Amino acid sequence: MAQHLAIETERVGRIYKPRGRKGDRQPRVALDQVTLSVRPGEIFGLLGPNGAGKTTLIKILTTLLMPSSGTARVAGFDVVHQAHEVRPRINMVSGGETSGYGLLTVRENLWMFAQFYGMANGVANERIRQLLDIVKLGDRISTKASELSTGLRQKMNVVRGFLTDPDVLFLDEPTLGLDVGAARDIRTFIHRWMREHPERTVLLTTHYMIEADELCDRVAIINAGRVLTCDVPGRLKQGLRRHPIFTLETTILMEAELASLASVPGVRSVTHREGEGRTILELTLAEEQVLGAIFAEMQLRGIGLITLTKREPTLEDVFVDLVGRSMEDVEHVEPAAAV
Amino acid sequence: MSNLPRPSKDTGWRLFVRTMVARAYPRVIGQQRQRWWMFFEVTLPLVGLSAYVFVYRAIGAPADFVGFVILGGAMSAFWLNVLWAMANQLYSEKQTGNLPLYIIAPNSLMAILLGMALGGMFATALRAAAILLLGSWLFDVKFTITDGWTLAGVFVLALCALYGMGMMCASLFLLYGREAWHLVHAAQEPVYLVSGLYFPINTLPHVVAIAASIIPLTLALDAIRQLVLPSGAADGWLPVRVEMGVLLLLAFVFTAAARVLLTYMERLARREGRLTEAHG
Repeated sequence: MAQHLAIETERVGRIYKPRGRKGDRQPRVALDQVTLSVRPGEIFGLLGPNGAGKTTLIKILTTLLMPSSGTARVAGFDVVHQAHEVRPRINMVSGGETSGYGLLTVRENLWMFAQFYGMANGVANERIRQLLDIVKLGDRISTKASELSTGLRQKMNVVRGFLTDPDVLFLDEPTLGLDVGAARDIRTFIHRWMREHPERTVLLTTHYMIEADELCDRVAIINAGRVLTCDVPGRLKQGLRRHPIFTLETTILMEAELASLASVPGVRSVTHREGEGRTILELTLAEEQVLGAIFAEMQLRGIGLITLTKREPTLEDVFVDLVGRSMEDVEHVEPAAAV
Repeated sequence: MSNLPRPSKDTGWRLFVRTMVARAYPRVIGQQRQRWWMFFEVTLPLVGLSAYVFVYRAIGAPADFVGFVILGGAMSAFWLNVLWAMANQLYSEKQTGNLPLYIIAPNSLMAILLGMALGGMFATALRAAAILLLGSWLFDVKFTITDGWTLAGVFVLALCALYGMGMMCASLFLLYGREAWHLVHAAQEPVYLVSGLYFPINTLPHVVAIAASIIPLTLALDAIRQLVLPSGAADGWLPVRVEMGVLLLLAFVFTAAARVLLTYMERLARREGRLTEAHG
């Protein structure tokens, strides 16, 4: 018998119709014809800026939201018509969530959620103890949730997600707002879990490229509700290797100077950010020789070069190559698509 | 981690009971962990009640009227709990992020609501008992229980009807945002008048009293007064057994309505994207 896919979406769309007086606001397209297939055993990354539609897709797949069009199946079951079959097989953890009750201890909160899945008390308590030890939260088992720091509370949430041993786990920005150490602990935990449970599936949304690169077997890049590409991270980056990427630190640049550099023939994309008394440019060029024309333009406009580095492409570069702007720029500029 | 076997999980009625007990737990244990809050929830209502007591004494009202006030104060604790910790609760749970986790779990939302109700009843019963005992002692109120079993029956039916109403409102308010908060606020004050919390309900026009009977508190208080106050029977509005019958009917109707509405509202909320706070 053929094994079903862990997650399967077929032209899934979602339009949010705003509430309130008619004519005040336009309906907003959150997802547009999203088709994806995730195999059992994969850590699948959904990568995109805020507002790209990642969370909307997770809500649909976790039966919290109905799609406006298309179909979606999780663990072989339709999320709209067989939600009661999907739910025992999934769990979800979101970044920055404040679920549970502050008055309850870590153990009590986790026990409560385990009960909602029908786990026996003894089994639940044993798993809680073991999982808390793994995420280095064992010594806080009797601490009230309200007394935990953001990072420790998120570790508790992650344990909640894995506690019920779901076939498919949805992690929506699980390390959002965490310090480096806490985020690393959570990534290590996810990695270890998947290594030891190779038949389970994780769908991870993130806008941290490094996280996607480190954890995911495959990633789909999503922007404005559309999947732009989907592949193994290495192959996505490999596709960019024929285009050299340089990081230039220059004296501070004005808009006109940035525009002039971007218009140099052979420049595929330019993104920039401000550093301390300098502008940091990320340039993707059609070929290395274009660098000469860049230097000429800089000399013409009196732009000083501080450092120049050639580097390997990252998933951020893949995004820039596909969208033409960095994720940060998209988050700040892109208006919601209206219909 | 590799030595963790796949856990077996209950389904059906066992899952229902587990969910109910687990959701009742935070309310029961929360009460024990916030003892200072208990102080405020008993003393502040008593201060409010004492104003009515002094007014009744100043105008020379019958002594039993002080008993009306103490009973009304104790029962109003349940009403406030039903409004703020039942009707408003699913909306609050949406804000804290618990609601999506309740929905995606394989449990029944009805079990969650029943758990909230059971936990709320237990926690509020302690508060109401404290108000009753302290109020009786402070104002020297003598209760005369004529039929203990009937009294217990009225009390249980009253709680079932009250919390059934709370569950129904929770289902209704699931779709609302801040409007739910306003609706709950709006429902709080008028009840002090129409339910006859501090005075006999038969002083209200019949039409108002009949309309007010949809709030279980109205008939429950009238029945309890008839059973514990010497002048209760004389001041009573309807016979106790009739009031018990209506309370039973209300309990059934409200709980059944909660079940139907919950299913409908959950589906509507899924369609409209209102089960979580923000769209990502």
